[in-house]
Amino acid sequence: MGEDGESPKINHSFLRDYVTEADVISTVEFNQTGDLLATGDKGGRVVIFQRETESKDESEELGESGEYNVYSTFQSHEPDFDYLKSLEIEEKINKIRWLPQQNAAHFLLSTNDKTIKLWKVSERDKRPEGYNLKDEEGRIKDISTVTSLRVPVLKPTDLMVEVRPRRIFANGHTYHVNSISVNSDGETYLSADDLRINMWHLDITDRSFNIVDIKPANMEDLTEVITAAEFHPQHCHLFVYSSSKGTLRLCDMRESALCDKHSKIFEEPEDPGNRSFFSEIISSVSDVKFSHSGRYLLTRDYLTVKVWDLNMEKGPVETYQVHEYLRSKLCSLYENDCIFDKFECVWNSTDSVIMTGAYNSFFRMFDRETGRGVTLEAWRESSKPRAVLRTRRIYNGGRRRRGDVGVDSLDFTKKILHMAWHPAENIIAIAATNNLYIFQDRVNAENLKT
Amino acid sequence: MFSKGTKRKFSDGGEEISDESLLGARVASSYSLQRQSLLDMSLIKLQLCHMLVEPNLCRSVLIANTVRQIQEEMTHDGSWHMVTEAFCSAGQSPSERLVATEVLCRSREQDAEPKLFSVISYEGCCEEEVVADETLCSVSVSDTVSNVCLAGRMGQCWEKSELSGIERDEEALEDSRLGSGEEEEIDTEDGASTESPKTIGQVFGTFEIKNGSPGPDSALEELFSDVDTSYYDLDTMLTGMQSAPKMGPYDLLDSLAPSHSSPSIVSTPNCRSDLNELDHIMEIIVGS
Repeated sequence: MGEDGESPKINHSFLRDYVTEADVISTVEFNQTGDLLATGDKGGRVVIFQRETESKDESEELGESGEYNVYSTFQSHEPDFDYLKSLEIEEKINKIRWLPQQNAAHFLLSTNDKTIKLWKVSERDKRPEGYNLKDEEGRIKDISTVTSLRVPVLKPTDLMVEVRPRRIFANGHTYHVNSISVNSDGETYLSADDLRINMWHLDITDRSFNIVDIKPANMEDLTEVITAAEFHPQHCHLFVYSSSKGTLRLCDMRESALCDKHSKIFEEPEDPGNRSFFSEIISSVSDVKFSHSGRYLLTRDYLTVKVWDLNMEKGPVETYQVHEYLRSKLCSLYENDCIFDKFECVWNSTDSVIMTGAYNSFFRMFDRETGRGVTLEAWRESSKPRAVLRTRRIYNGGRRRRGDVGVDSLDFTKKILHMAWHPAENIIAIAATNNLYIFQDRVNAENLKT
Repeated sequence: MFSKGTKRKFSDGGEEISDESLLGARVASSYSLQRQSLLDMSLIKLQLCHMLVEPNLCRSVLIANTVRQIQEEMTHDGSWHMVTEAFCSAGQSPSERLVATEVLCRSREQDAEPKLFSVISYEGCCEEEVVADETLCSVSVSDTVSNVCLAGRMGQCWEKSELSGIERDEEALEDSRLGSGEEEEIDTEDGASTESPKTIGQVFGTFEIKNGSPGPDSALEELFSDVDTSYYDLDTMLTGMQSAPKMGPYDLLDSLAPSHSSPSIVSTPNCRSDLNELDHIMEIIVGS
């Protein structure tokens, strides 16, 4: 993946537009400080971006945040073949999660459908010079030529970023891994596939604990699968998992070794007025995220995002319509498989704003305090670097304003599935097929208000 | 499928029927047709799981649940009973299937009543339709296999046009109806399409066809009956769905090319113009 000399000058925030399938971004994740942003793609590659450090100068204007530039690129997973089932194993990176930083190196977990890998990302900007027994190229010197002794010194070199696989957690999953989540204890993490959730210790690769197993004895009785899972941000014994039937189960690992029995189950009763053959499919939760506070859960199903209070199991406390205008189009969306698209959802750093993606390169942000939502667009043609994001509107009957997009002209191939929000600032990363968009807030949060 | 709505005899044009019951009949018929079309679409989706990469289990489970839901509703209606009755009489089943196909073939979203006419009037001459449909696949050993082949061809269309618009599906549909796949030469008329047997085989792999007559409620049980707990067999089990509702592949023809306003009710090109050529091919195949 070469880079033109020109493109860094034009815009820092966009990857070059490739049309190949392998470049479709499949996951985006900031690290805990927000200085690093990792993306994984369908070709099994991981690209890490680093934020330019701001000048230490006090007179630096507020709001001049650093740009993100490519820091490192590496091939995380390769295509594989399951000989027993005669099926390919895709190298697509399903999820990346960063470990909390403990020393100068950074660690991240990346997973495809079957295997999770722990990568160490470290920098080298010095190297020792002046060895006694080796020459500059590393060849052993002839002893007789050594006349004096010296102490090797560290000399600065060009920055090199080294990425090495440190652990490979293989053979833990029969089904497709859809989530990984690092525990707050810093030692363990969970990985969830369609029917099971395993807990691993970061240092141990040859075994894992199975903590949830919903596989029925008879596969013909299978009616529900696990769609996402996450550890609680503060309580290392709690985790939540969502299902294809729209339920959330909070499990406490102190209760038993196998957490098939949930501590709490969060379920919204079905609205009989809106019932259709597609009701179950659209209720399937595609993503679940704890709030930073640990008190709320954010879930995404096909048409809505919902906020749940951990203390209230009978229903969500807030529901936001992402694209209700699609409700009448469910049959077509079922036909072209769009109804199975899995959108992610994210919280902002203060848990006051939630964001999720939609079609036509649109994404939605909801302000929890006012209850209002805006539609924004991640589309290169209509935005230049440093341009303020315009809000968009969907026209579905009623008065049409200029610039409104008609429901029937939505492009369902342009879907925003993956996104991330900086842990501390108002910076968002949006993956739109093979492009990555990074939007930064100005001091007064102009472009986040309608 | 015809449990709702009033059947009006073609010859009996003078009989008075109130507007209200007529409208009710139309709506009910239209609903059951849409439901049927949804069922067929779902079954095809499940069959097409059999690709090189492992199928998405979540998607398969959601589709299977939808199928179950439709089946339950149809059982309550009594319409499932009628459908499975058709399966029970093996000799009759191809024509019954095609009767159903005709209904969807000719259905336009506005008018349910004429569909009933055509069903009734067509019952007698289904044989030609059999020819037309079966010749779309050059490998046809038995009726059931021909269903498979047809679905296989459709399968390629599904795979190729994953996210493309409805127009493209329609085009693909028309192409295959006329006997030429998107990537194949127009050689089905010669009775030997060298590419299709191989690609069809790829799509379906090692699924099994089960003969015999499923009971009214056991269609779905049939689907899962020979499954064992290993995940690998989930694939064969899901593709084994092919055996029970045999009208699936035929109706796919129609559900793949939906009209613009109504997603489920479709229009298809009239296949009669190709009957002579297809007749010829059929003779070759059946004759051997």
